[in-house]
Amino acid sequence: MNNVLFESLYILALAGFLGFEVIRKVPPLLHTPLMSTTNAISGISLVGSLVAAGSGQSIVGTILGTIAVTAATINVVGGFMITDRMLKMFHRRESTPQ
Amino acid sequence: MNDILLSAAYLAAAILFVTGLKALNSPQTARRGIFLAEIGMLLAVVGTLLHGEIIQYQWILVGLVVGSTIGALMAIFMPMTAMPQRIAISHSFGALAATLVGIVEYYQRGLTLDHGTMAALGFEVLFGSLTITGSLMAFSKLQELVKSAPVTYRFQNVSNILLFFALVGVFVFLIIRPATGVLFYSMIGAGLLLGILIVLPIGGADMPVVLSLLNSYAGLASAATGLVINNNVLLIAGALDGTSGFFLSLMMSRAMNRSFTNVLFGAVGTMKAGAQAPGKGEEARTVTRYTPEDAAYILENAQSVIIIPGYGMAVAQAQHAVQELAALLIERGATVRYAIHPVAGRMPGHMNVLLAEANVPYDLLCEPEQINDDFQGTDVTLVIGANDVVNPAARYKKDSHLYGMPILNADQAHTVMILKRSLSPGFAGEDNELFYEKQTMMVFGDAKATLTSLVQLLKKIAVAQAG
Repeated sequence: MNNVLFESLYILALAGFLGFEVIRKVPPLLHTPLMSTTNAISGISLVGSLVAAGSGQSIVGTILGTIAVTAATINVVGGFMITDRMLKMFHRRESTPQ
Repeated sequence: MNDILLSAAYLAAAILFVTGLKALNSPQTARRGIFLAEIGMLLAVVGTLLHGEIIQYQWILVGLVVGSTIGALMAIFMPMTAMPQRIAISHSFGALAATLVGIVEYYQRGLTLDHGTMAALGFEVLFGSLTITGSLMAFSKLQELVKSAPVTYRFQNVSNILLFFALVGVFVFLIIRPATGVLFYSMIGAGLLLGILIVLPIGGADMPVVLSLLNSYAGLASAATGLVINNNVLLIAGALDGTSGFFLSLMMSRAMNRSFTNVLFGAVGTMKAGAQAPGKGEEARTVTRYTPEDAAYILENAQSVIIIPGYGMAVAQAQHAVQELAALLIERGATVRYAIHPVAGRMPGHMNVLLAEANVPYDLLCEPEQINDDFQGTDVTLVIGANDVVNPAARYKKDSHLYGMPILNADQAHTVMILKRSLSPGFAGEDNELFYEKQTMMVFGDAKATLTSLVQLLKKIAVAQAG
């Protein structure tokens, strides 16, 4: 075990607790948008895919990396767009009835 | 200097992601939150692209263009009713990206990996491969490419558990001897297989739990990627996704009264083969069928109505017809609200999205805790394509699969109107006592057609009264 990995585990643990506290305040009303948002955000694995596809270390890396870039980009672009499309539909009553 | 700029971009991205998610705690701020998260993503991607590690751009460009096009087309043209499928397939894409990055890492660094990094890499490809096929399986079931009913066979649980332990064994060996390439790739193969096997026995009504769980796994795969390539923003974003999925599956399993270990090991929806037998056996009782005319007469006089939507509403695409009926009733002076059970539909929040699409204001959508005490004084409960979430057996029938599940108190209203295709039992294979109660009116037929004729009948009555 190296120290860098342990530092990363600290961050992972703290981010996990932070995430739990933030996400438990999301009302059930928005649970589907929540799911598609976190899905888009975890498309950040795009960052890793970009390095794999573009660092030119091996042909295998370039091929698999390019597929990974495609898959992650679908999630990032599609995820944010459809979340926004969903959220646009949520509205309150304009005037109280009666 | 370049390194510092990149780190700063990642830090900003991480902060923007958390702030963005925080804004999701209210529908009024949610869109702003998405915008913040988008900026975070843009910063992280541009920062990475400008970093010195990347020397060739042509394939990246191909991936970005193809991915953006597919993503945008899916986002623009996917109907809201197909949302559960879309969520399922996107978990699969996310996991695919993480797994491929893991394979590339192993391929390029395999002989030099230390034990700790190998452990992280193992988690990455394990969660990843499992999620790729598990989500594809869930997608196929939701899209009805394969039968959505649970597929069960003898020794299913035993063989799944054996496969799981075999995987763990291989994983441990790999951590000790990271350079054993054969084991690494066979672990991915076994993970892919396990993903299929875990989702096979899961039926439609358990999909909310499974989708949340796969959401969590996809996030954990991304977080593990962050560990492997030592990238903090990946780590944080993955952790957020992982905990979000974990939290949602907790909520969903609580709403179905399943123990959490049950969910963690994926053993959901494995119903016993005999479960449907008792329901069929006591079918001697009859229900009273009512026509839409009878229903319209009751609704015409109702002062308060609570609508309980279920998956049947989504299947019949009846959300717009529901809204039309509700608007008409509100116009006539009745109070109309919706009671949304957390596991109604096929994913967390499914009903809310469909009703929002149909222009229902979200302040009319109530959670069970908000509305469950109000059924008592309510004139009419209108149940549309929901079954298990209103089954009183959950309260008292100890041998029932539903026993202990928090349900909506639909039966406490003066009249319970149930729009249903047929008398078939719900997902749990449990006969619904509510159908036989004396205050219950069963109106059989396609939900959308019934609702449309209810609207027309009510309009006719109104015209007759005016004239």
